[in-house]
Amino acid sequence: MVYFSSPTFVAFGVRDTLNMADVLARRSCGLGHVRFEKTTSHPASIGASSMADTGVLEALLQRVEKADGGVDSLAAAAGLGVDHQVIVGAVKSLQALGDVISAELRSSKHWELTEEGTETAEQGSHEARVFSSIPAEGLPQAELMKLSFGKIGFSKAMSNNWIRVDKSHEGGPRIFRTVESIQDQVREKLLLVKRGDAAQLDEKEKNELKKRKLLAEVTVKSYWIAKGSSFSTTITKQETELTPEMIATGSWKEKKFKPYNFEAMGVAPDCGHLHPLMKVRTQFRQIFLEMGFSEMPTNNFIESSFWNFDSLFQPQQHPARDQHDTFFLSDPALAQEFPPEYLERVKKVHSEGGYGSQGYKYDWKIEEARKNILRTHTTAVSARMLYKLAQQEKFTPVKYFSIDRVFRNETLDATHLAEFHQIEGVVADYGLTLGDLMGVLHQFFTKLGITKLRFKPAYNPYTEPSMEVFSYHEGLKKWVEVGNSGVFRPEMLLPMGLPEDVSVIAWGLSLERPTMIKYGINNIRELVGHKVNLQMVYDSPICRLDS
Amino acid sequence: MPTVGVKRDFLFNALGRTYTDEEFDELCFEFGLELDEITSEKEIISREQGDSKASGASDLILYKIDVPANRYDLLCLEGLVRGLQVFKNKLEAPRYRRVSPDGGEPQRLIITKETAAVRPHAVAAVLRNITFTQERYDSFIELQEKLHQNICRKRSLVAIGTHDLDTISGPFTYTAKAPGDICFRPLNQTKEYTATQLMSLYKTDSHLRHYLPIIEDKLVYPVIYDSNGVVLSMPPIINGDHSKISLQTKNVFIECTATDLTKAKIVLDMMVTMFSEYCAQPFTVEQAEVVYPDGKTCVYPELAYRKEKLSGEFINRKVGIRESTDRIAQLLTRMCLLSQPTGVGDEIEVEIPPTRPDVIHACDIMEDAAIAYGFNNITRTTPRTYTVANQFPLNKLTELLRQDLAAAGFTEALNFALCSQEDIADKLGKKISETRAIHISNPKTAEFQVARTTVLPGLLKTVAANRKMPLPLKLFEISDVVLKDESKDVGARNSRRFCAIYYNKTPGFEVIHGLLDRTMQLLDVKPARGEGYHIQAADDSTFFPGRCAEIFVGRKSVGRLGVLHPDVVSRFELTMPCSALEMDVEPFLGFTAEVLLTHDVPMQETFKHQFPARSQSRPALPSRPPTTKTVFGDMSSQAGLEALDGFLADRSYVEGFTASQADAAVFDAIPSPPPPAFCHLRRWWSHIKSFQTERARLPPAKSQFVLPPAPPASDAGEDDVDLFGSDDEEESTEAARIREQRLADYAAKKSKKPALVAKSSILLDVKPWDDETDMAKLEECVRSVVMEGLLWGQAKLVPVGYGIRKLQIGCVVEDEKVGTDLLEEAITAFEEYVQSVDVAAFNKI
Repeated sequence: MVYFSSPTFVAFGVRDTLNMADVLARRSCGLGHVRFEKTTSHPASIGASSMADTGVLEALLQRVEKADGGVDSLAAAAGLGVDHQVIVGAVKSLQALGDVISAELRSSKHWELTEEGTETAEQGSHEARVFSSIPAEGLPQAELMKLSFGKIGFSKAMSNNWIRVDKSHEGGPRIFRTVESIQDQVREKLLLVKRGDAAQLDEKEKNELKKRKLLAEVTVKSYWIAKGSSFSTTITKQETELTPEMIATGSWKEKKFKPYNFEAMGVAPDCGHLHPLMKVRTQFRQIFLEMGFSEMPTNNFIESSFWNFDSLFQPQQHPARDQHDTFFLSDPALAQEFPPEYLERVKKVHSEGGYGSQGYKYDWKIEEARKNILRTHTTAVSARMLYKLAQQEKFTPVKYFSIDRVFRNETLDATHLAEFHQIEGVVADYGLTLGDLMGVLHQFFTKLGITKLRFKPAYNPYTEPSMEVFSYHEGLKKWVEVGNSGVFRPEMLLPMGLPEDVSVIAWGLSLERPTMIKYGINNIRELVGHKVNLQMVYDSPICRLDS
Repeated sequence: MPTVGVKRDFLFNALGRTYTDEEFDELCFEFGLELDEITSEKEIISREQGDSKASGASDLILYKIDVPANRYDLLCLEGLVRGLQVFKNKLEAPRYRRVSPDGGEPQRLIITKETAAVRPHAVAAVLRNITFTQERYDSFIELQEKLHQNICRKRSLVAIGTHDLDTISGPFTYTAKAPGDICFRPLNQTKEYTATQLMSLYKTDSHLRHYLPIIEDKLVYPVIYDSNGVVLSMPPIINGDHSKISLQTKNVFIECTATDLTKAKIVLDMMVTMFSEYCAQPFTVEQAEVVYPDGKTCVYPELAYRKEKLSGEFINRKVGIRESTDRIAQLLTRMCLLSQPTGVGDEIEVEIPPTRPDVIHACDIMEDAAIAYGFNNITRTTPRTYTVANQFPLNKLTELLRQDLAAAGFTEALNFALCSQEDIADKLGKKISETRAIHISNPKTAEFQVARTTVLPGLLKTVAANRKMPLPLKLFEISDVVLKDESKDVGARNSRRFCAIYYNKTPGFEVIHGLLDRTMQLLDVKPARGEGYHIQAADDSTFFPGRCAEIFVGRKSVGRLGVLHPDVVSRFELTMPCSALEMDVEPFLGFTAEVLLTHDVPMQETFKHQFPARSQSRPALPSRPPTTKTVFGDMSSQAGLEALDGFLADRSYVEGFTASQADAAVFDAIPSPPPPAFCHLRRWWSHIKSFQTERARLPPAKSQFVLPPAPPASDAGEDDVDLFGSDDEEESTEAARIREQRLADYAAKKSKKPALVAKSSILLDVKPWDDETDMAKLEECVRSVVMEGLLWGQAKLVPVGYGIRKLQIGCVVEDEKVGTDLLEEAITAFEEYVQSVDVAAFNKI
């Protein structure tokens, strides 16, 4: 219905709410299974001014035809003896019919009597009425004050020197006339306004009367109505919508249909929405699946320091293991069980080296490894999966990925939260090279629509070589970091039991950053968490990363 | 990542040329550094303290350069310049030498046993005849600070003290004393303090107060004296004022005290290698002796050069390049790793200087070769790794559900896994002790006290933050909560939940209930007590009394739904009625749950691996059947195959009229596809091959056709894997025994697993004799049929016509034990009631 711009044609959807009450009543009585029935609402279109007013429309059109150049809607209303609103409605109806008339909105200001002013114009000003109510022998003041106009009229008449008060009169104060006759100027001025001759009063007089709330300035909006290009004094009734009856009877062939206003917006469908971050996650999952990567089970937010750090050859004094960076648990504070043989090998590679490594040469403590934390990266799960892979009788190449939450006890700002989603990809096979890692990254980022990549040497405790991935941002005209990558260190892989010539390449990035860029969100809190802007969720388009 | 600030002009002066910002940025990128910021002292001060303070400051351009966290040799201008110059082939890496003092005894640092209680290690060295300028001096101080912040872990592992050697006289004593007994004038103070006083003095010092906790609670504090009792320093807090160095200092005594000796040595090496450049004899360091409480003496700095040998092929293979051995040696030399081919094959000898403690494995050397080659010059290749992708079943189900829940008109929210105790307990009308929440020990704010045990509070907070949005608000979230679980190695596990709320002027229980119905429809669970799902009234303090129901699926509770308690609504700063639903998702995984991937790792290693230093390739496992001996003869022989071919000429199967385990066993005994000449055998072989996927379900064999393998020949070559890599024969027998034992245990465990039983679901139509037959009695009769492997299900009466109704009854049977004919026979036995029995539907489960 929004396609009809004219307010004359408003559709009312009628919704039956009775059933709801019914349902609730039955439910509280405990009556079995209840089905909630929603009556289909019939959008009945009701022409508010309907065609009962066809007479007005035609009368108006005739006036327009006769008039030279056009008529004012106010004048037309006066001439036709109808309320101005009726004419306004008629104008809108005629406009909706096409170019029958042209109507130009005009506004004018004029002075009008207020209710009190009208009374004054009819009966005289308060002071005049006071004067005239005082007989020659005077009137007791108390009696005068009983009159409706007494109070105001008395003070005005006093200041005009029309009357006097004799306070010493026996029987209380008494009022007498001081002049023989008076001229009620207030009333005369108001009568002028009433006749439409307000122009004869000067501004000062008008303002004084306005102050006495006898006059008011009103703005009147009217239409200047002139003939349109397809002017005609007769009107054909136009249909709004096609109805089943018209189709049945074929009457639609004879009918004229009111044009649609295609400028209007449609009615928003009643629907749910997916969260933008999750939409992007779906796309990333899709990309990994397309590339043949299997999803890792990352549904374990709580991790032991052992799997999160030690198994990755991250030394126990590493700053990332600080209270300032990692959330530790007080309950359950410690992890209970580790593969004992593997634990020994990890301890050894940290404290003494081995597998061709010098090791970190420090006193490795099991107490530190047992500390439970909220995992700081999903690589903890990759470590578990690679360890499991190493326990297979025969090594088989794998490609793994995961997208899940990780936690950092960091200072929060517009782009950092204590928890975010990490995207991670891992490939394990014989003889993978650094060139292979770059090739896989190239394929991965191409699927994201990022083709210009370059790599910067970096440092990461568990990968060597490590590379930061930069992509050229066309908008910013510079290289921006888009991810981190590397080849897992032998000190991590060999203690797990993986064959020596197996290389494992991996990379990671955050899910939030590409999402914020994709959907133009500057504050991460508007995206993730309860402060999310639901309107943004409702309005966000589908996610196509490569376009 | 540490950031080093260097003055641009000094840097360019030292590099011997100027660069544009872009050129320098490019150089950094290639070398693995990052030009983080281009600024000036003035800019920094004006940004941090306002323009007024900055007026007098220098506006020399400063480069802020990010340095990898393991490259301590790049933490000062001197190191950066040296690294870049060698990288650009403009300089040969200097050789750092330790020298004895000219005609005299080396300085000595004597460690007493008291230090063991607080900070047991110390190392020392002397920089002789050094020339400081303001720039060098500033850099010298700055490097100490950078080392303290990084490798020294804020002085907890190592603390550096530098002293004007000419103001003190050795030998020096490193000891530990009670705080009250230590008294000296600390750096830049005018009077003497006891250590106790110092600790309170520095409580408010913005810089030093961070180091106090390192020794604060110790009974004794570490302290270094010279031979006259002058205090050099009280590590790791402060030096004495007496020995402080200045621009005029010529001879510097450096001591590093530590809790980690390895790191102390590295730190000392860094200090002296970086600044010995300014000594009268550049790159020489005067050694000092450290005497341990046990009388042992060590000479420092170590300045150790280590040699490693590796092959050029190793580097080429790992990086994915093809460079000659000579070229690789040149690449490494450019990374300050002096290398040359040894002439033996493609072997390269690499010398790791004391400035590169980060090189601990051949892979570190390989990375340096790759950096020198240029990461971006390496050809990008595609690995040939062939894999088939699998989704994590739980995520797959979640993804599918999310789509359809949005289609059902609910909008997805995404809330934090961490929250306050209040959110999951008090606000929901619960006690925190009743939840199975895990607790965080070091939360910075109350927002991170616990991991959520329910998704509901997040959704309520989302509504509270979006109160301006038009009603109704219909939200859902499928996310993990965390619950304590003793059975897990970490004592906790995630649980995937589905939560939805409806917020409007009316509670809308029917909306949430409708969503439950829809969800169950999506999950293919029918509304029914027993096997299906149903809800029943429950008490829960989160919900309005009488308006809460528990959701049961297959008699198991999976969650709750209801109208929220008004107190809960108000505590979340909401004003309207609200209904909610929360349930577990994992019970709906169904069959996939059996193959559910998990992150649980095996605690015992079934397969012993060799952990050799060198690679040893293993022979591939020959895929040979365990035995080829059958009652028909040896299947690896022509005669055996011929016999079997003849046997099968008039038989479809080895035994009976259906494929059975007998066929499978004989099939396995045939080592390779039989030749086409044996047409019967070939036909049978192809047929049995088609059963491969369901062979476990084939009925068992009645007799044995395959003979057990002959006792293993003592052929060592047969052993596929040398499981222990041990030379000791006896030990490996013992180990083999253990292995056998484990394998036996494993097999026993495996055999306990119930074999997959083939079942069918059957729907029977039982027709009565006439319209007067008592249908209740009829059903009773039918149900009285009891057989092993038969389970009766639901029944209903279906009108047939003329007032006659038939009984439609379902049952589940194990295919092997119950046949339909058997069933029909048993039921038609009730002659007074039953006219006939038909199978209306038959489905394999």
